[in-house]
Amino acid sequence: MEQNSKNQRIPLPGANVFWLNTTIGAMTSDDGSFKLPYDVAYKKLIISYIGFRTDTLLIETPKSIFHVLKASDDLGEVTISTRRKSTATSYLSSQNISTISSTELLKAACCNLSESFETNPSIDVNFTDAISGTKQIKMLGLTSPYILITTENIPSIRGASQAYGLSFIPGTWVESIQITKGAGSVVNGFESIAGQINAELVKPTTDNRVFVNAYGSLNGRTELNTHFNTQVSDKWSTGLYLHANNRSQKFDRNNDSFLDMPLAKQINIMNRWQYTNLQKGLISFLNVRYLKDKKQAGQLSFDPDTDRLSNTVWGSEINTRRFEVSGKFGYVNPDIPYQSLGLQIAYSDHEQASYFGLNEYDIRHKSMYSNLVYNSIISDSRHKIKTGLNATYDLYDELVNSQIYDRNERSVGGFFKYSFDDLDALNLTAGIRIDNHNLLGTFLTPRVHARYTPWEKSALRVSFGRGIRAANIFTENQKLFATSRQINVQSSGGAIYGLDPEIAWNYGVSFLQGFNIFGRKADLTIDFYRTDFENQVVVDYENPYEVNFYNLKGVSYANSFQAEFSLNLMSYLNLKTAYKFYDVKTQYISGKFKKPLTSQHRYFANLSYESYLEKGDGVWKFDATFNWLGKQRFSSTEISPQAYQLPTYSPSISTLNLQVTKVFSKAFEIYLGAENITNVTQNLPILSSENPFGSNFDTTFVYGPIFGSTFYSGLRFKLN
Amino acid sequence: MKTILLTVTMLFVGTLTYGQNKNAKASIEVDGVCMMCKKRIEKASIKTKGVKSASWNLDTHELRLIFDENKTSVEQISSNVTAVGHDTKSFIASKDAYESLNPCCKYRDEGVVDDHK
Repeated sequence: MEQNSKNQRIPLPGANVFWLNTTIGAMTSDDGSFKLPYDVAYKKLIISYIGFRTDTLLIETPKSIFHVLKASDDLGEVTISTRRKSTATSYLSSQNISTISSTELLKAACCNLSESFETNPSIDVNFTDAISGTKQIKMLGLTSPYILITTENIPSIRGASQAYGLSFIPGTWVESIQITKGAGSVVNGFESIAGQINAELVKPTTDNRVFVNAYGSLNGRTELNTHFNTQVSDKWSTGLYLHANNRSQKFDRNNDSFLDMPLAKQINIMNRWQYTNLQKGLISFLNVRYLKDKKQAGQLSFDPDTDRLSNTVWGSEINTRRFEVSGKFGYVNPDIPYQSLGLQIAYSDHEQASYFGLNEYDIRHKSMYSNLVYNSIISDSRHKIKTGLNATYDLYDELVNSQIYDRNERSVGGFFKYSFDDLDALNLTAGIRIDNHNLLGTFLTPRVHARYTPWEKSALRVSFGRGIRAANIFTENQKLFATSRQINVQSSGGAIYGLDPEIAWNYGVSFLQGFNIFGRKADLTIDFYRTDFENQVVVDYENPYEVNFYNLKGVSYANSFQAEFSLNLMSYLNLKTAYKFYDVKTQYISGKFKKPLTSQHRYFANLSYESYLEKGDGVWKFDATFNWLGKQRFSSTEISPQAYQLPTYSPSISTLNLQVTKVFSKAFEIYLGAENITNVTQNLPILSSENPFGSNFDTTFVYGPIFGSTFYSGLRFKLN
Repeated sequence: MKTILLTVTMLFVGTLTYGQNKNAKASIEVDGVCMMCKKRIEKASIKTKGVKSASWNLDTHELRLIFDENKTSVEQISSNVTAVGHDTKSFIASKDAYESLNPCCKYRDEGVVDDHK
């Protein structure tokens, strides 16, 4: 029987009635009645009917039964108790890609993209110098210029934005991050050497209608993020995203007369438009972004209005303005979904005016990027092809103290990528790119990836590829301006600052295995990558009075080994731990040495806990992240006076970050955290801080945190 | 009369062959219960000459196909899928084919279906 809204009982013909674990059953007839043989062994009677909740009746004695089925709409919400991993490494793709979802990004106070890798072991994060507060990321032992960083697959953190670009993308704008280790894809360009990082931004159709995030920390930093998204018509949606941050408090906890963290002000605005027409298979995005960022660093007593270019008080200002407009136009054939065409166009204008003590550095970088990609198959969907054309134009205008460096870069290229997926154990992609660049010449960059699944829940990957790039020596090494070092560019008549292009090969192998320990899910990844430089622009700090740039003569390589283990300890408790080994060596003029400020051994652990869902969606989340860095080599200070000499190696260092989040409801949550809770700091991060205009002034010997422990708090409010 | 009939038939056949779709779309119901079944169903479909794309949905049991009508047909594809052990609307898998499936894939068994829920 079923009961309708008028509380009348209606017979249900055709319902299935059977004894559990037997084949004995019957269908109800037109009046809803049925007859079944009875046996003492039959205990449970199952009644099922499509659209209704299946019921189980316990039958003790043979008797007449009268039962009413409830419609399945009456079911309360079912909660799925297995959570999706916040960082997931693909088992299927041929590339070694791991995706960081927005859940992972919430585990630390990820105020901007440079801080979004704190809980991911594949990326190492460190401060570049003791004064600008800039965080730099490294992958496989190599610094960020060797990583292709894209925003929605458009190369974004490159050229002038290389140094601070990651801090210009607010954390709340990021929907997810894809990290590819090893040679990247031919589709995005020829510049990736160590890997690729792609940040997907939030989209007007899927982001919260209203989102507000307010953050404050005891080290004087305040941030505000607001998102507004709305559907304008049935095909158009738009979103307006605003970010502002401010740090106006002066701190000098280590009493070296220098600000531990720079004073900062930033305003960042983005407007996105999304067009979706599913019937025609069209999807497009149009973005406009504007950013203004001001930083002031240096000595406590420095006043930019009166002390600029003074030779008694040392100070620094970095002012950036950036404007960007980009569009993505995609067409997917609605009848033949594996056929698609996409066009990406982006224009950016990045301007930085800065000085560091008596060093002046200005750069204006205008960039135009376009990429056309066509996807299809050969005979069937096991054989996929991707091909396209790319044109990029870069205009650089730089002023380094009194020297002007102007440069135009223009490149056109074509790429072709073939993927084979046998729907079983093998996935192979082979791509080739040919580019003609006005300064780098005409060259090929092949990229090959393969994934083989030898047995269940495993993935064995190999990859190799070649990358080539023009080294932007000044903008990528801005920390050198915050020293008294003399800048020497040893020109060999090359096309870029008198130097040659950087060319490297990257090969790697990785193995991922998922398994269960005492019924709990776990996985282990072991990978090894080697990057070999055919040519590199060597940045030589081995003479404490100079910074020398020259083409590599000899060998330069980076070997990286990582073993990562993650375990679901209990339902809501997850552990992730990793050990990394780096062997990065370069042939300098003075000898073959380990690259400075790179630990040989690193250890990482993250523990995350989420309480059971209480009534009304209230949840507690706890996260603890531990990092241990082994000793790091300091570049040579042998010829410095005794007082300014450093040991060959820094001490090892460990830091601990904690965060607690209380989710009150789907709309509101607050979080509280501590960074570097054990208050570990580096002694004397600035050499010659008492005489910044002396010849031994150097802020680049940084191996650990400058600012000790800090506490922060914030709230997130969502409306949908 | 005969010539008119012949002409009409020729025209009819003519339009039929003219209308053979190189990217025909079809949807058939295939029984299965897990990701391994998905792999097996999709592999059997795509190995059929003329099939360009095959995608099986675990929840709805719907196998979406794109194939060249000149090279194959829905019957041919169904038959290949059934040959590896999965029931379709038109054909039922033979006893041998079904028995050769991995125990966790035995979709005809209520117990196995419940295990996957």
